Amino acid sequence: MPLILIAALPFLGALLPGVMIKAGRNACAWTTASVTLAALVGLLVHAPKVLAGEVIHYRLDWMPVVGLNANFFLDGLGFLFALMILGIGLLIIIYARFYLGRQDPMGPFYTYLLLFQGAMVGIVLSDNVLLLLVFWELTSLSSFLLIGYWKHLPEGRQGARMALAVTGTGGLALIGGMIILGQIAGSYDLSVILTQKEAIQASPLYLPALILILIGAFTKSAQFPFHFWLPHAMAAPTPVSAYLHSATMVKAGLFLMARLWPVLAGTDAWFVIVATTGLVTMVLGATIALFKDDLKALLAFSTVSHLGLITMLLGFGTPFAAVAAVFHIINHATFKAALFMTAGIVDHEAHTRDIKRLGGLRHLMPITFVIALLASLSMAGIPFLNGFLSKEMMLEEVARTRLGIPLLLPLVVIVAAALSAAYSFRYLGHVFFGDEREDYPQTPHDPGFGLWGPPAFLVALVVLIGLFPAAIAGPLVAASAGAVTGGDLPYYSLKIWHGFTPALLMSVLAVMGGLMLLLFHYPLDKRWIATRRPEAKVIFDTVVALCVQVSRRITDVLHPGSMTRYTAIFAITVLIASAVAWNSSTLAAPGRELLPVGMVGVIGWILIVVSTGILVVYHRNRLLSLILLGVTGTIVSISFIYFSAPDLAMTQIAVEVVSIILLLLALNFLPKSTPAEGGVERHLRDVIIAGAMGIGAMILTLAIQQSDFSQPTISAYYLENAKTLAGGYNVVNVILVDFRGFDTYGEIIVLGIAALVIYALTEQLLGGRVGRKLADRPHDPTLSGDLHPMMMVVATRVMMPLALMVGVFIFLRGHNAPGGGFVAGLVVAIAILMQFMASGYDWAIARQRFTYHGIIGLGVIAAILTGVASWLFGAPFLTGAFAYYKLPLIEEFELSSAMAFDLGVFLCVVGAVMLALESLSRLARRKDDRTRTHPMDIDPSRTEDEPRPVPPGTAPAEAH
Amino acid sequence: MSYLVMLPLVVPPMVAAVMILGMRHHQGLLRIFSLASILAMLALSILFIQQSADGSVHVHAPGNWRPPFGIVLVLDRLSALMVLLTSLLALVVMLYAIGSGWDARGKHFHPLIQFQLMGIYGAFLTGDLFNLFVFFEVLLIASYGLMIHGGGKRRMQAGLQYVVYNLLGSTLFLFALGTLYAVTGTLNMADMAERVAMMGPEDAALIRVGAVMLLMVFSVKAALVPLHFWLPATYAETPAPVAALFAIMTKVGGYAILRVYTLIFGPDVAATGGIFGPWLMNAALVTIAVGMIGILGSRSMGRVAAYASIASMGTLLVAIALFTPAGILAALFYMIHSTLAAAALFLVVDLIRARRPGESCGLAAAPEMAQAGLLGALYMAAAIAAAGMPPLSGFFGKMLVLDAAFAHDRTGLIWTVILGTSLLAVVGFARAGSAVFWKTSPPSDAPKAAVGTASRTMLETAPSPTLALAATGGLIAAIALVTLLAGPVTAHLDAMTMQLLDREDYLRAVLPLTDTTAPDAPDLPGGDLHEAAP
Repeated sequence: MPLILIAALPFLGALLPGVMIKAGRNACAWTTASVTLAALVGLLVHAPKVLAGEVIHYRLDWMPVVGLNANFFLDGLGFLFALMILGIGLLIIIYARFYLGRQDPMGPFYTYLLLFQGAMVGIVLSDNVLLLLVFWELTSLSSFLLIGYWKHLPEGRQGARMALAVTGTGGLALIGGMIILGQIAGSYDLSVILTQKEAIQASPLYLPALILILIGAFTKSAQFPFHFWLPHAMAAPTPVSAYLHSATMVKAGLFLMARLWPVLAGTDAWFVIVATTGLVTMVLGATIALFKDDLKALLAFSTVSHLGLITMLLGFGTPFAAVAAVFHIINHATFKAALFMTAGIVDHEAHTRDIKRLGGLRHLMPITFVIALLASLSMAGIPFLNGFLSKEMMLEEVARTRLGIPLLLPLVVIVAAALSAAYSFRYLGHVFFGDEREDYPQTPHDPGFGLWGPPAFLVALVVLIGLFPAAIAGPLVAASAGAVTGGDLPYYSLKIWHGFTPALLMSVLAVMGGLMLLLFHYPLDKRWIATRRPEAKVIFDTVVALCVQVSRRITDVLHPGSMTRYTAIFAITVLIASAVAWNSSTLAAPGRELLPVGMVGVIGWILIVVSTGILVVYHRNRLLSLILLGVTGTIVSISFIYFSAPDLAMTQIAVEVVSIILLLLALNFLPKSTPAEGGVERHLRDVIIAGAMGIGAMILTLAIQQSDFSQPTISAYYLENAKTLAGGYNVVNVILVDFRGFDTYGEIIVLGIAALVIYALTEQLLGGRVGRKLADRPHDPTLSGDLHPMMMVVATRVMMPLALMVGVFIFLRGHNAPGGGFVAGLVVAIAILMQFMASGYDWAIARQRFTYHGIIGLGVIAAILTGVASWLFGAPFLTGAFAYYKLPLIEEFELSSAMAFDLGVFLCVVGAVMLALESLSRLARRKDDRTRTHPMDIDPSRTEDEPRPVPPGTAPAEAH
Repeated sequence: MSYLVMLPLVVPPMVAAVMILGMRHHQGLLRIFSLASILAMLALSILFIQQSADGSVHVHAPGNWRPPFGIVLVLDRLSALMVLLTSLLALVVMLYAIGSGWDARGKHFHPLIQFQLMGIYGAFLTGDLFNLFVFFEVLLIASYGLMIHGGGKRRMQAGLQYVVYNLLGSTLFLFALGTLYAVTGTLNMADMAERVAMMGPEDAALIRVGAVMLLMVFSVKAALVPLHFWLPATYAETPAPVAALFAIMTKVGGYAILRVYTLIFGPDVAATGGIFGPWLMNAALVTIAVGMIGILGSRSMGRVAAYASIASMGTLLVAIALFTPAGILAALFYMIHSTLAAAALFLVVDLIRARRPGESCGLAAAPEMAQAGLLGALYMAAAIAAAGMPPLSGFFGKMLVLDAAFAHDRTGLIWTVILGTSLLAVVGFARAGSAVFWKTSPPSDAPKAAVGTASRTMLETAPSPTLALAATGGLIAAIALVTLLAGPVTAHLDAMTMQLLDREDYLRAVLPLTDTTAPDAPDLPGGDLHEAAP
């Protein structure tokens, strides 16, 4: 089977359990098992070649640009791990079928399990470090789901998050380390990296890479000081603990160290960091394990300890140690997974995992007892079981290794081994031996085969390897150790009896020490409980809570939602960045003289400064602010005229009128004054920022006005060609509708959208609480009751046709003289606006035949069709065309496509202004407003018997 | 081909105009037209990709005025990619909006979306700086309308801040354009590029101010710290489909930076001397940090998603700020990824919101929601994507960024920030997810009653919750597809990077050297501009 398929099968299979659960729990479990079995068979097919020392490759380009490829390879090490992952995985799937309760959803469980399995297989088969990283992080994610599987348990949720945080950190460090490694080696392919030992170890980046990679490995394999997450991950269901936390995931770190052993090991840094960490972890884990009362916690810490042992062996950097490490990986996986499963059985049957509530189970559950007996004796390192063999090898290597002062290492290791023996004995002694008790939460007895079968199989291996190591495990150890060391294996022999060696002595000492420790467990336990120890979970929780607190604080302080603050930061940023940019080079010498200041200029300047000054002081009076804004706008218009830009001036004036009217309408619904905000300090701050901004804008403007173009500008082209090529004397208009007509196309759409938004906003307001509030608002008795004075009505009626005529005139002359669709639209809009103001909404709207939405839509369509029409003539969008025509009675006149476009502009402007007005008027209506059909408050044509219309807000009795 | 470039700026507004003219009150018709327009655009976008894949650059000059005098639209590999992303996102957003009923919760959703699309397309296609301003306005005003769609006090408040802040940006845009025009005398991007290239580092104060101001304008759009303040509240309060569409809006800023600061103010240009490279890098690093810290410090899912999009923009801009081929390749890949991921996250958050009492997405325990398993899976996928974890493309993007930053003189800092903050994101997403999906409270009567009295829940008013779920799932599937096709995608992006950095394709397509006899160009003062070019 191609390697990629072995890795992919569990992922593909992960889709099945969720579906198959519909067919029942057995179907679900068997489907899952068959997926794993298929992958396992696929792996075993390669066994002969791999055990013969061959390496099998599979290559598939994925992202060649960066060197991330789906390359896999299978050598002894990969084979060993894949075998463990799939083999034990199969047992776990069977075990879990019988372990999970009725209320536990089985589909998700198996899905997560298969995801995890695929990720693990991926790690061990990857021939590309980036691909390996992908799988690495996937194990963190899938184990997060598995640990948190019992989501109703807070421990489960917290344990899952803790595991994710710790292993996630490691994963991120690993990313860094792997990329450095790949950069040094010049490839991300492991098979290449593994050949680059000299280059890597000579690189100045070796140490950073090593540390980062080791952080990744240590967090995954629960090495001190990252060991604390593993016990909390025990909140997971026992099959998960047995699978992830004894046999597979925690071994991923070991795998990584073994995998990179050929290029990373052998330096002082490697030896010191790895061996020391392993040693400390081994002792610490064993110590804590001895005093844990929770069966799974005991096993968890014992796992930590054993992982430390293997890490230490890898850290020694000698080939013999590597062989011992590989051998112990196999042995540990077998006995520890079996032990976890027995713990699960005890928990499942007795409903407790507390050692202090257990004891005497050997008669009640004999099968479980035998399994636990063999497995824990193996863990203790008792002869004829596999744990003994690898421990002997470890002790043998320790005896000839020196770490710090002589004899320190052997002594510490003996202590650790004694502790290890002690907790193994305790697991037996305090759970299975002793007297039978009366007070089990539930009287236990042996479970069905489904639960004890899988651990029994593992224990069979424990015994078989223990008895016939060379026959059973020999080839596998040789192949995988060969892969670790890179070929040459030292002399070693897998056998029980090596003669009287220092290792044997140490072993005997350790076992005796273990028995002693168990004898004195009771007083030691009391002391242990009495001593205060730093509790990892408390520290971790505090750190995380602190991080969240700090993050929240930073986020809240940064984003208080205050617009003034945001604006201030914007202003300061712009100022500083611009100032730095300005200062980074010199300013070109002024190329243009400043014009002499004329009288008009001075007056305009004074007016604008004064009105702005007053605006600043009285900005809280909203009506006054609006009037002052009008002053500014007018002066801007005048300045346009002054600089010979009548088009702009006309537009500006019309825009001023329309916007002031609309703003007045809006002010109607707002408080008359803005509430005062902030104190003197804040005002001072704002004054400084705003002042600096103003001065900055002034300096920039002055510089711009005096600077010369570096090269001829494009504007000369417009002046030259407006008449000849575009058929218009009014260059501004020609630019707007022709040269840059496409900009105008966008801008009229902006205008149209704005009106639509105002409309939508109004609808929203009217439909909600605000709308009801507005409709219910009381009349203001201080206002004049004369809403629609006759004079005004009459005047606006007279003005209407005149204004429309002016609009048409301005529109038509636009191309050659100041004017155009935009201004014309505004003028016409003002004409209609006046009718609304004078005669009221109801009267005016009743005479409105076209919806304003429609007018906007028509405008946009007209503009688009003008543009698209050019395509019919094979020209680009919006290409202009013009021609001169003669009709009887009138002068020669010009027709141009630009006029059609301008019509679109015109319609958009009219529609947009009117839609905005209509929306605001609708807001103004009160609930008790009657529909008014008369344009005036007083209807001159009324007969005497008709009642007079009563202005709202005045009671009928008081009227006149 | 050339006139096809124009279609994205003609079809959506045309459809929108027809909508407001004739079918304002027919929800069904609106939906059909909206979808039809988007599907047409999607087909066109695919054609664009295909047409530009060979490295050809297509120019269309509306009004038929020869550049630099008229406006040009330019389609190259990058524009085509951005247009495709937009169309793809639009389709998902539209399906979601229809399925969840969001489109009917206010007026004018469909025409505004069409106008919005036009604005986004325009920003990606234009080759003229002032025209870019115009399209910024189109998309700003349309997005404002969409943002406050559905109303509500908090949304209105956030909307006000959004529009005011962006108007500040627009004002700055005008200042920047004025300054640049004052120095270069042109607005056409290619022309400006040629003119700027001829200037020396001395007497360059004005051009530098202009360039830096322009960078800040784009940074506002791209939500670069400290110009990002409009984003958190806006994105958290915006209706979900709109927030998802906004995922491309920040990318407009990223795109503009990428375009203008490779084409006009590239790192080798003497006049600007690449002074903003280090600034951009620093700001981008801070942006990542602010975003990721925000993810961890958020009190609601909506905010989590908002800060995630800030962080993703930070990562994108770090890659851009490297200004190396590898960096730009990474940026482009991350652009695709983060657009899809951010959108997916917003949609998932909305799915959650529709199923929780009181329609809150706060991180407090609540009764288990409907379809918790499916939603949990979607959330997990979106979170993985947003946090840049494997197996989804975010991880690949991040790896590309890290790989590209390896040669930078501040590799250590960049790596520390990117990797360190990833951890914050992982923890933040895990916390949020565990609070919402795992930590359920027993169903109590109190919140139910509250919901019952208010009105029907969002889920109940949704015409087709399945369609909404499918749209979200489709987005996740698209992310998975990008991941699987990472090889071809990066190969295409590599060619895109080369085209961006080489500039020749673009410049010569817009300003052909031999073109002195064009029908519109008799001998004129501006006519011999090109000959002066090197």
